Amino acid sequence: MTPDLHLWLIPLLPLIGAAMNGFLGRRLTRQAIATVALAFCGASFAMALYVSLRFSGLAIPHMETLAPWIRSGTFQADFAFYLDQLSLVMLLVVTGVGFLIHIYSVGYMWEEAGFYRFFCYLNLFMFFMLTLVLASNYLLMFIGWEGVGLASYLLIGFWFTKDSAASAGKKAFIVNRIGDFGFLIALFLMIKHFGTLNFDRVFQFAATIDVENAGAGLLTAIGLLLMVGAAGKSAQIPLYVWLPDAMEGPTPVSALIHAATMVTAGVYMVARSHVIFERAPTALMIVAIIGTLTALFAATIGVAQTDIKKVLAYSTISQLGYMFLACGVAAFSAGVFHLMTHAFFKGLLFLAAGSVIHAIGGEQDMRKMGGLREHIPWTFWTMTIGSFAIAGIWPLAGFFSKDEILWRAYQASWVYWLIGVFTALLTSFYMFRLWFLTFFGEYRGTASGHSIVREEAPSRSGPPASPGHHGIHESPRVMLIPLAILAFLSVVGGWVGIPGSLGGSNRFDRFLGPVFRATAPALNRQPAAPGEVAPSEQTTEGLEPHTGRGTELAFAAISVFAALLGLYLAWLLYLRRPELPQRISAALHGIYTAVSNKYYVDELYAVVFVKPLVEGASRVLWRGIDQGVIDATLDNTADAARHVSDSLRHMQSGNLRSYAGWVAAGAAVVIAYMIWTGAR
Amino acid sequence: MVPLSYYLVLSGILFACGVTGFLIKRNIITIFMSIELMLNGVNLSFVAFAAHWHALSGQIFVFFVMVVAAAEAAVGLAIIIAVYRTRETLNVDHVNLLKL
Repeated sequence: MTPDLHLWLIPLLPLIGAAMNGFLGRRLTRQAIATVALAFCGASFAMALYVSLRFSGLAIPHMETLAPWIRSGTFQADFAFYLDQLSLVMLLVVTGVGFLIHIYSVGYMWEEAGFYRFFCYLNLFMFFMLTLVLASNYLLMFIGWEGVGLASYLLIGFWFTKDSAASAGKKAFIVNRIGDFGFLIALFLMIKHFGTLNFDRVFQFAATIDVENAGAGLLTAIGLLLMVGAAGKSAQIPLYVWLPDAMEGPTPVSALIHAATMVTAGVYMVARSHVIFERAPTALMIVAIIGTLTALFAATIGVAQTDIKKVLAYSTISQLGYMFLACGVAAFSAGVFHLMTHAFFKGLLFLAAGSVIHAIGGEQDMRKMGGLREHIPWTFWTMTIGSFAIAGIWPLAGFFSKDEILWRAYQASWVYWLIGVFTALLTSFYMFRLWFLTFFGEYRGTASGHSIVREEAPSRSGPPASPGHHGIHESPRVMLIPLAILAFLSVVGGWVGIPGSLGGSNRFDRFLGPVFRATAPALNRQPAAPGEVAPSEQTTEGLEPHTGRGTELAFAAISVFAALLGLYLAWLLYLRRPELPQRISAALHGIYTAVSNKYYVDELYAVVFVKPLVEGASRVLWRGIDQGVIDATLDNTADAARHVSDSLRHMQSGNLRSYAGWVAAGAAVVIAYMIWTGAR
Repeated sequence: MVPLSYYLVLSGILFACGVTGFLIKRNIITIFMSIELMLNGVNLSFVAFAAHWHALSGQIFVFFVMVVAAAEAAVGLAIIIAVYRTRETLNVDHVNLLKL
């Protein structure tokens, strides 16, 4: 008899909060709104903590069914929740980071007119995200998946009077739909071939299928389609274009949805479906390639961005690429590890960036910042920790997770590793570029006196710059406390996964072990295929001593060196000799223009996909089919009826004798007809 | 023995006269008489068929028609008198108060 933990409460509590704020928020005071939002989100976090306390006493995976949902023949999908090590990690990350960001938002959004609306959406997002994480079948997961997309759309377009925000929301939603299409087809394939969408049953079926070494089969198809879905949600090539635009939303939203939680849903989904991916080496290899390319590609774009949030957005895409690289080399626990540490330090970086923007009155252009170190020390120090963590400098969180991924990637192929290290160098470079541009040197903006630059901020509202605030000012305590907690987590978060070569025992990998190894395919039977890491499955379990301990240490040293090199280059270019970037960009004119214009990918998509679609829709579907066929049929039918009745109307003269005449004529016709037929 | 077709032709001529009178005449009395003419045209074909087929039902029908026609004549003439008293005309085109 397993205990009933009432897992359904965890997602439902934020939904109640969302409903209360959504329906009653207009009449509530700001204090009441904040209390409701924080209370329900906090209760959810408390539940998650309670569950993690009871976790060791549970039979894993622990499943709870709330209510039956769809039962049709043998197909069955219930409102059921699935708790194992993987969902527990996700649960704690989502509720924990989510709660901190809720607290931060109270300070950040205080001046906003749509305060209640914001918290309603934010709680709604928590509901869907927790549904996604806890679902015990793909269908319920899909509900959460779509729901977070909805919440993301609503929050990106939070300042809906601003045209760019509204269209950014639409872009995010539409690009996500493309991914969801792949996800849905994968679900249909599962229903057709497995007859179920419940995780345990699907994985049982999948486990009976042999590894698809030669050629591609059903599992490869399902895996690739799931990856399409993941690429949409997690902003991977080729569907990453929505994430940078999503920065139009309020900064806490960028931190929560577009850095820490929602965009990692794709990684979670791939890790959750690891049974399928492990048996489809081709799909795995494509995941790894997409991840690697995205990591590199986004990092190069991030180097040339000038908007502080855009840099972080491309950085997020790049880090997500790392996670997919990890999944692609079957190092799922490393991917989830990076997911967790990334949630800490990227959430921190976004919140700190928000605090910077808040401090200088809504300015987001780094070229107009500088020298903010002394004015906003708390923000400066927490952002420093975040930057060092993401750059992967020992002993902060990013180092351990990134190093784990790079090491596992190297075991699969040195190409992945090389690109990964180069990306780490770029990561470090653009992060410290941001750091130096923002906090060091001379202040280049104009907000120091009493004027406030509101160039990027929407006119009605926006990153708060209330008339009461003048000059550069540190954020209120309600914003600084989450920053401090996240900074703390960014420091220690990696220590749960210290690898064996550095004297740790990689507890994180071991904790997740039962999820990823219980159903692992018989890898011994399988010859080492490219993109497959058969031998390493055992090595990280610590069952045998590391054969390449020295090598692993050397690789760790190389990553740290790359990070420090990035730091040095950023220091050289943006602090020591600030005239150099100009000269370099002038020398590399073509490349620099391409990079700073994001490789013209948006323009390419506009020409290749959007324009034909819009043209086709307006010419063929609208003018051709809708107006030409559907509307025309209706119009012409109505016209014909009117013309016929126009002529028939004259029969209704009101003259009695003309009626009698018609009757007589009709009778004559009938008689003539009968005589004619009788005569034949 | 007069053949059946003669009666039927005469019946048709009588009916056609009635229809024509009904359609072209304006005086209510004439219209009324045209109706009687049509009824009697039909009656003629009834009795002709009844004699031809030696069937009694045709003759019975004729009595019914005559009874209805008599009743109609009584009511109709009463209406015509009433109309003439109020409108002082028997032209149907002038009796058009109910028309729009």
